[in-house]
Amino acid sequence: MSDMFKVEIITRSSADLEAFKMKMAEIGVSGMTFSHVQGCGLEEGYTELYRGVKKVQNVFDRLKVEIVVSSVPVDDVTKAAASILHTGKAGDGKIFVYPIQQTIDINTGKQGPAAL
Amino acid sequence: MDMTNTVFMFVATVLVWLMTPALALFYGGLVRSKNVLSTAMHSFTTMAIVSIIWIIVGFSLAFSPGNGIIGGLDFFGLHNVGFEPNEGHTIPFNLFMMFQMTFAILTTAIVSGAYAERIRFPAFILFTVLWVLIVYSPLAHWVWGGGWIAEMGALDFAGGNVVHISSGLAGLVVAIVIGKRKNAGTTAPHNLIFTLIGGALLWFGWFGFNVGSELAFDDVAMYAFINTNTAAAAGVLGWMIIEWVVNKKPTLLGAVSGAIAGLVAITPAAGFVSPLSSIPIGLIGGIVCFWGVGWLKQKLGYDDALDAFGLHAVGGTWGGIATGLFASDSINAIVEHNGLFYGGGIDLLWRQVVAIIATFAFVGIVTFILITIVNLIFKARATDEEEAKGLDLTMHGERAYQD
Repeated sequence: MSDMFKVEIITRSSADLEAFKMKMAEIGVSGMTFSHVQGCGLEEGYTELYRGVKKVQNVFDRLKVEIVVSSVPVDDVTKAAASILHTGKAGDGKIFVYPIQQTIDINTGKQGPAAL
Repeated sequence: MDMTNTVFMFVATVLVWLMTPALALFYGGLVRSKNVLSTAMHSFTTMAIVSIIWIIVGFSLAFSPGNGIIGGLDFFGLHNVGFEPNEGHTIPFNLFMMFQMTFAILTTAIVSGAYAERIRFPAFILFTVLWVLIVYSPLAHWVWGGGWIAEMGALDFAGGNVVHISSGLAGLVVAIVIGKRKNAGTTAPHNLIFTLIGGALLWFGWFGFNVGSELAFDDVAMYAFINTNTAAAAGVLGWMIIEWVVNKKPTLLGAVSGAIAGLVAITPAAGFVSPLSSIPIGLIGGIVCFWGVGWLKQKLGYDDALDAFGLHAVGGTWGGIATGLFASDSINAIVEHNGLFYGGGIDLLWRQVVAIIATFAFVGIVTFILITIVNLIFKARATDEEEAKGLDLTMHGERAYQD
């Protein structure tokens, strides 16, 4: 059984999703999961004003992308993601890679890499 | 002075006033959630800006005698604009001024739909000030203030040229000059129920707009009332049918857009055509606007974000032509030349076409000059970063939806 990895990317909510999906399709990634999440890091906060009442925001809307791969080399995925999401400013986000123990396709009952 | 007409016109005026907040909702629902406040702000601040400009000088440039091209300064600061009716009117002249103000506000606000989601706020303000003075006021003068289009005998009951072609085309010009939004092809409306509420309130306000344009509570006004509702209904059906056939599913956004298309189409014709004529006018209005926002926009590749051009300029052009086909002196004695289908030949039709072409040429050229000047003073286009984060946060420092 070949190894399976989950790549978890947390990045700007304003990231260009279309370009990201295209890039992933190019290297052979067939599916991914997106979630809208919130978080904080090194990016500088900003102030919202409601009738003069300040609301300091240092928690930002973030986009989380999860991709599980086996036949596609995980380094290809992380390199491609980093290249397309890099802006050079604080707030570009992080990429985490985890080993995956098991995958089961609910529809077909296939297990392991065959289920991807 | 006629008190019935006066009370009626007061009601019509406040109905038209409601159309601009309605437009804020209609447009607000169509943009992404990060731009809803900015988009609504365009309509809402236009109400403030144009209200002030109109009483100082806008009304005078549109409606004081002047020459065939532009009015004079006789009514500067509402000088000579009092409770006494103007010549030929039966309502207070200052009520007429307020009625016309609501038109100036709405027209200027409609333009903002085309450049939504990417214009910087300072540029928007300067453009709005210049546009109402240099494009809207002269055009209103041509058609309603005794200018050359009125003299020529072209018909425009409630503002097909002045309101709809002018705003739609101006929007298109600004949209082309400041360029497409990033990902323009994949954006989708964030709340279509706002758009439904706004669209329904526009339909409601349109009764003031079209019926009030008769300036009296008479038989022509009632024709305009029936025609307005009928064309809106026919527009819904026209859009729905063509959309069902072409795209396989009828949508709510299509139905609401169809109502607006029908209303735009009947606007120049409302007091000149029979209720039965308003059915094909509205129906075809729905169909041509479906073509305008779909095929035409894609073919020519401009990013008229909320379809100011596709609905207002395309629908207004059809309405102007339809007036030349369906106008009848049995509905309104003011009709000098009947439409093509009512035995008048092309006498009226060619005048309508000339008025439309003149409106396109004047609005297109002058709007292009204005936005070019605005662009030199304030950069009109939001930066990539501002556009990505959304104009609500970057221009206004607030957001519509908290956790």
